Amino acid sequence: MRFALLRHAGLVPAPTVDLDHRRMSLRNGGSRNKPGMTGVVLAMLLPTPAVTQPVTPPAHYANVQLADPAKEASARALMETLRCLVCQGQSIADSDADMAADMRALVRERIERGEKPASIRDWLIARYGDYVTYDPPLSGLTWPLWLAPILLLGVGGWIARSSFRRRTR
Amino acid sequence: MKRFALWAPLAIFALLFAVVASGLFRPAEKVVRSAMVGKPLPDFALPAMVPGKPGLSSASFRQGKPRLLNVFASWCIPCIAEAPQLMRLRAMGIPIDAIAIRDTAPAIAGFLRRNGDPYERIGSDRASQVQLALGSSGVPETFVIDGRGIVVKQIIGDIRPENVAEIVQAVKDAR
Repeated sequence: MRFALLRHAGLVPAPTVDLDHRRMSLRNGGSRNKPGMTGVVLAMLLPTPAVTQPVTPPAHYANVQLADPAKEASARALMETLRCLVCQGQSIADSDADMAADMRALVRERIERGEKPASIRDWLIARYGDYVTYDPPLSGLTWPLWLAPILLLGVGGWIARSSFRRRTR
Repeated sequence: MKRFALWAPLAIFALLFAVVASGLFRPAEKVVRSAMVGKPLPDFALPAMVPGKPGLSSASFRQGKPRLLNVFASWCIPCIAEAPQLMRLRAMGIPIDAIAIRDTAPAIAGFLRRNGDPYERIGSDRASQVQLALGSSGVPETFVIDGRGIVVKQIIGDIRPENVAEIVQAVKDAR
């Protein structure tokens, strides 16, 4: 039952796993032999194992800064604009997900080797699409993002102008 | 004109409401699909994961026959759920290779003992670097690779019994 809920290990943030696990143990306990309230409470208090954790430690540069402060700064700036693929609302700089750690290691290693941040971003976009970057390139699909603010500013100016004119009259 | 201006805010509100409601009832897809589908497999060479089974390099996917590339890990629970389906695909004669993500030899050996071993080769990806090169965003994922090393299909999440037929078809089409 729980297998079905965790379709893709990458997609399940830890808190959800815990909640599901607790709800499941509650439901299973209730259907099997009716353990009563104490049993249910005990089941809820049991620690839930972290089920989808890699067994090896993260790569060296996942959580270690580069020795050169300038390089670390440019790696950091890039990491802040890359989306964590697992916890999709966070950047890889902010995320504690294992996959984000692997991506940080990738970014730092490539910056250390002298690669330009733009080329690392392009490499990731070639693999995951524009979705991976918080700084999407201008394309047929994304041009409204750039043009809409200018257009809205224009509309705002027009409204302001007409209302000021009315007042002065 | 004046009447239009009177109703415009309500119309805009109704439009916004419809957009938000449709998002509630039909949430956006939460998976990140690989942009590598249709492109050649990136070059890689991974060391062997378990003794007695060779490691995996991209060259073995350019030998004229389609193969499956399974991205898995011993610590991944849905990987256990898809194991019987992989065994079935193997029994149908479809060759399967694997990349084990951030894993150790004893853990993988135990996993294969418990859940069966459909793999010809298993490469060890200690820092998920090949996984990232593939555009894979988690475990398990399965890629169908044609005989020239082009990625033709990506299956995100565990392969369920109802997915087996489409994978067999994709392998047939890739011939």
